[in-house]
Amino acid sequence: MSDFEERKETPYAAAIGMHLAELPDGTPAMRLPYSEQLIGDPDTGVLHGGVITALLDQTAGMVARPDEPGSEETAIATLDLRIDYMGPATPGADLWATGECYKRTRNIAFIRAWAFHETKEDPVATCVAAFMMGTPNTPRAPA
Amino acid sequence: MKILSDLRESGQGQDMSAVVSAIPFASFLAVEVQQQGNEVITVLPFREDLIGNTVLPAIHGGVIGAFLEITAILQLLFETACERMPKTVDVNFDYLRSGRDVTTYGRAIVNRQGRRVANVRSEIWQESRDRPIALSQGHYLLSPL
Repeated sequence: MSDFEERKETPYAAAIGMHLAELPDGTPAMRLPYSEQLIGDPDTGVLHGGVITALLDQTAGMVARPDEPGSEETAIATLDLRIDYMGPATPGADLWATGECYKRTRNIAFIRAWAFHETKEDPVATCVAAFMMGTPNTPRAPA
Repeated sequence: MKILSDLRESGQGQDMSAVVSAIPFASFLAVEVQQQGNEVITVLPFREDLIGNTVLPAIHGGVIGAFLEITAILQLLFETACERMPKTVDVNFDYLRSGRDVTTYGRAIVNRQGRRVANVRSEIWQESRDRPIALSQGHYLLSPL
């Protein structure tokens, strides 16, 4: 899973505190430390679903990038993302995510990803996503 | 601590601005609400730290997803008497256009509300409501698991 190496962190990733890390067994993964500003349910302290969406989108997007020289320049666009929430994230606990690209075509990468506390076999949420590779990399004209 | 039921008791249950400010993550994104009759229009002002792609620049897909989900949940809270935060069971996001560095707006439609689960569709747009930048459809649990 060298897909994870040397990826620039985006401003939003930095804002919510998600970053590249390693699982105890050395597997590269995204880590999202618990933070009170990310709470979605003030009664329980459970993280907002949208935080998990960001974690899984970021993870899936990084896995989607082909492991080839020069691929850092490839623009990647999320086509769609489906997330299943298996249960609430435990308040106070860090979230982790890993992903795999299970099929890659010339234009599209098909990804699965998992968000979890301990292992991906006991997920908090899972995701399936499709990414388009090589979107025109030009800034859009100002409105 | 039962923030939603407290808001309902104090007569603010239909005041989605009060509900938004009670949700820390919605406050973090600085989501605002414009209620138009029975429609809850959500507003997401652009901020540099929402960027996910610095080259375009484009708003992070996770922000788009979160905003769609907040929009769905607010419409659901507005239309139902539920006293607990609805829990997302599953949700599908379609990304149609990149989110540019301008204000984003959202609205949602409750397709079907059952006793335990509601199916909600939401869409968000920037310059024109006819050109949504992303859509979502999901199931939200209205009672605890």
